[in-house]
Amino acid sequence: MTLTTTAKNVKEVDQVVVRFAGDSGDGMQLTGSRFTAVTSLVPNDTATLPDYPAEIRAPAGTLAGVSSFQLHFSDHDILTPGDKPDVLVAMNPAALKAHLSMVKSGGIILVNSDSFDERSLGKAGYSSNPLDDGTVKPYRVYEIPMTKLTLEACKSAGVKPRDAERSKNFFALGLLSWMYTRPVQPTIDWIEERFATNEMVKEANLRSYKAGYNFGETAEIFEARYEVAPSRFESGTYTNVPGNTALAWGLVVASRLAKMPLFLGSYPITPASDILHELAKLKNFGVRTFQAEDEIAGAGSALGAAYGGCLGVTTTSGPGIDLKAETIGLAAHLELPMVIVDIQRVGPSTGIPTKTEQADLLAVVYGRHGESPVPVVAAMSPGHAFDAAIEACRIAIEYRTPVYLLSDGYVANSSEPWRLPDLDALPAIDPHFLDTPNHVDDQGNTSYWPYVRDPDTFARQWAIPGTPGLEHRMGGLEHADGSGNVAYDTLNHEKMTQLRQAKLDAISKSIPLLAVDDPDGLGGAEVLTVSWGSTYPAVLAGVRRTRKRGLKVAMVHLVHLNPFPSNLGEILGRYRKIIVPEINMGQLWTLIRARYLVDAESISKVQGIPFKAAEIESAILDALDKGRAARS
Amino acid sequence: MSDGVATAVSRPDTPISTRKDWVSDQEVRWCPGCGDFTILAAMQTLLAELGARRESTVFVSGIGCSSRFPYYMNTYGIHSIHGRAPAFATGLAVTRPDLDVWVITGDGDALSIGGNHLIHALRRNVNINIILFNNQIYGLTKGQFSPTSEVGKVTKSTPYGSLDIPFNPVSLALGAEATFVARTHDMDRKHMMEVLRQAYDHRGASFVEIYQNCNVYNDGAFNDITSKDRRADYLIPLVHGEPIRYGKDGEFGVSRGEDGMLHLVKVADVGEDALLIHDMSLDNPSQAFELSRLARGPHEPTPIGVFRSVDCPEYGYEVTRQLAEVESQKGIGDLAALLRSSGTWVVE
Ligand SMILES: Cc1ncc(C[n+]2csc(CCOP(=O)(O)OP(=O)(O)O)c2C)c(N)n1
Ligand code: SF4
Ligand SMILES: [Mg+2]
Repeated sequence: MTLTTTAKNVKEVDQVVVRFAGDSGDGMQLTGSRFTAVTSLVPNDTATLPDYPAEIRAPAGTLAGVSSFQLHFSDHDILTPGDKPDVLVAMNPAALKAHLSMVKSGGIILVNSDSFDERSLGKAGYSSNPLDDGTVKPYRVYEIPMTKLTLEACKSAGVKPRDAERSKNFFALGLLSWMYTRPVQPTIDWIEERFATNEMVKEANLRSYKAGYNFGETAEIFEARYEVAPSRFESGTYTNVPGNTALAWGLVVASRLAKMPLFLGSYPITPASDILHELAKLKNFGVRTFQAEDEIAGAGSALGAAYGGCLGVTTTSGPGIDLKAETIGLAAHLELPMVIVDIQRVGPSTGIPTKTEQADLLAVVYGRHGESPVPVVAAMSPGHAFDAAIEACRIAIEYRTPVYLLSDGYVANSSEPWRLPDLDALPAIDPHFLDTPNHVDDQGNTSYWPYVRDPDTFARQWAIPGTPGLEHRMGGLEHADGSGNVAYDTLNHEKMTQLRQAKLDAISKSIPLLAVDDPDGLGGAEVLTVSWGSTYPAVLAGVRRTRKRGLKVAMVHLVHLNPFPSNLGEILGRYRKIIVPEINMGQLWTLIRARYLVDAESISKVQGIPFKAAEIESAILDALDKGRAARS
Repeated sequence: MSDGVATAVSRPDTPISTRKDWVSDQEVRWCPGCGDFTILAAMQTLLAELGARRESTVFVSGIGCSSRFPYYMNTYGIHSIHGRAPAFATGLAVTRPDLDVWVITGDGDALSIGGNHLIHALRRNVNINIILFNNQIYGLTKGQFSPTSEVGKVTKSTPYGSLDIPFNPVSLALGAEATFVARTHDMDRKHMMEVLRQAYDHRGASFVEIYQNCNVYNDGAFNDITSKDRRADYLIPLVHGEPIRYGKDGEFGVSRGEDGMLHLVKVADVGEDALLIHDMSLDNPSQAFELSRLARGPHEPTPIGVFRSVDCPEYGYEVTRQLAEVESQKGIGDLAALLRSSGTWVVE
């Protein structure tokens, strides 16, 4: 390691929010995830928020083309990617314009001054240079000619200027690494490995990275460097994992736990495709991935594989679940296991494909014709997507039912330090394939009846093709319980409808009771927040803030949305004031009001981005005010 | 499970020899006289003859009169949803290469709502046998025109005649890269069984169009081809390696003209040597396609038989081969290593 640091004024801070912003072609996602990776090594706790345009190559230099990556890191347990950045790295005028208003006042702004020419200013819609006209006055601005310095650093290596220029994101990374005293060697090693096959690019990136670091060291323009002390983590081995990767791994682990080979039928769609990409790599885990002709075939093929005894999974996002609905209804009717993963995004229709939303909840609970109950499980954070995937598979296999696994664009693409689970401690999932007849007729002939059920779980006994003597027919026509023979008798239909619902309800017996986070004991707090999915970190952060103010605030978070944990009603009944924050127009709110007749209040946001802790904080304060006013 | 294939427990099978063993206990509910009955009988007889195993035979269907078929077979069976049987069957066949998977479908099921799945299953060459019961009508929904109905068809939904140009299922399948394409009809059990036998033997996707009479909503649609008195003049038998000829005394045939196109000819006019010799094994599907274009519908002399049968890599086999290949390069996947694959740090 050739980079040296002299003793300089190093300040301790307990947490920092950094946002990298630039043109889509500037490599901001890469820069952000690299910075996150070395920050995890300190170790600091981290939470990230990547944000990029839907277009692959949005017009360069425009506001529409700005891509950003926000990282919150700290010496303590943090939950959200941070409300307002302390530091903004702006690689061009459009990035500055798009993100300036978000920066904390007095915050640090590092700009690539080389990109502030008239043309680029014009593209960003600036009529005068914001660096000169007072726009950035409330901030500490460092104008750094990053392009020029990068080109200079690469010159002697014989890299073509055009290629060298592309490395300027590594200059920024180097500079930030110096500013926040991040470990240097891991990034150098990473560059060497990642670009091993392209000597020129490797050299350019290495030189730019080091140049950025050395610039901080020697330029004498920065008053201080900062240090964020290691965070106290529970002991264990950690990795930094994006939600989609964790979800894919959870599916593979579930397949091992159940000894059922994994089959994924999927049609590409943002932000779900990365699960297909990840699983497509894992052929040596016995994983078959099938890029289907459309979402209907994705679901159909997964159900076909499930019928044959595989763990059948299909992954998609909003528009895809509309197409899969009929197949899911068939799976619910046949009572075959299948997992449908919905990485929710902004809708309706194509909406904003790269932005997050939680607005598919009612669609997955109710969005099929007929009475078609389907269990729903939701991931609440990137690491939790692993657990949620296993839980969805468990319910699907043990209860022979399609299960919806909800995640969203935020969980999918953001990452967090994740403590690796003890794989050996995970309980097995038992599909209980039947291999002997389960029915004897009057003449003593044996056969297999597909709808003979466990009296407690209502799960049917399941035989798969290839089992001699257990041949049977099943279909989407209403059938008799037991034999499975087609039955048009209307009273039988009512019985079957009730049975399918009873099976769903029985699942709640296998779900742990919901634990309330209430420092004053159940029912002690003045207000209860109810959350689900990716609002978890922001809601918890908001609740903590209000508790710091001495307020009595409780929280429950739902992983199971259908059926609900059996004690949810009892918990809700213990609080006078309940708020339900969601990135939709109040969907869980609708469900719990309908189900439990509680006067809960919806806190709704549909801006394609997660809640900020401050928004939850003020929603809780409002709720308390209203509650008190109502009582006085 | 390292090869990633689920297999059910295997026990010695009871020998199956008669058609009766393939008949399920369900009452067959087609209209009396429906062509579906003879197809069912042909299938049951054939499977008995082939010595196929009931436990490894699966019938998957969509929705329609024809799609009730699986209920009547004493095998594994799934009556799925409209048009989607090829998708379901693909997932099953790819994960369970030990099974014989049949898809039973109708002209509406396969060519209208399920057209997309049909063409993709064919081009992938998934190891399934797709049997299309073409009655040129929507039977189950009581008689609307279908994608194979002739232009001008008067039905409840087209009281002034249909305007849609129909599909030619054989041409469509050939265009979709199908490796086995055949046509037969419900009035000739022997021919049906022979074609189905070849479909069964074919590795990869087989496509068989069966002209099937719906005596309630489209009676007599294939009379020219199936009736004893007209058959000779309208049915052009395709026999591999034989000159293509038809007519009571073989007086007509198919020949390539000076314009390079196929023509129906009088053998007396062109001479026997000028007749086209049928070759279903040609790698290039063009000639099979030309044969499929000879008739614009079953009211013109129509080729019946196997149009194309070629050997191509089968999809499910390739999927499994790739799995094994990656496994031999990387070793059996290690979950603990996977979870550590993007770098870790330890907190004491
Ligand atoms: C999604 C959906 N749309 C429509 C139907 C109604 N439907 C059932 S069968 C059928 C057409 C059947 O025609 P075909 O496939 O030719 O089968 P046939 O009855 O002639 O054998 C239709 C439109 C359905 N079951 N599902
Ligand atoms: S309606 Fe037509 S196709 Fe359907 S069962 Fe009756 S005769 Fe057969
Ligand atoms: Mg039909």
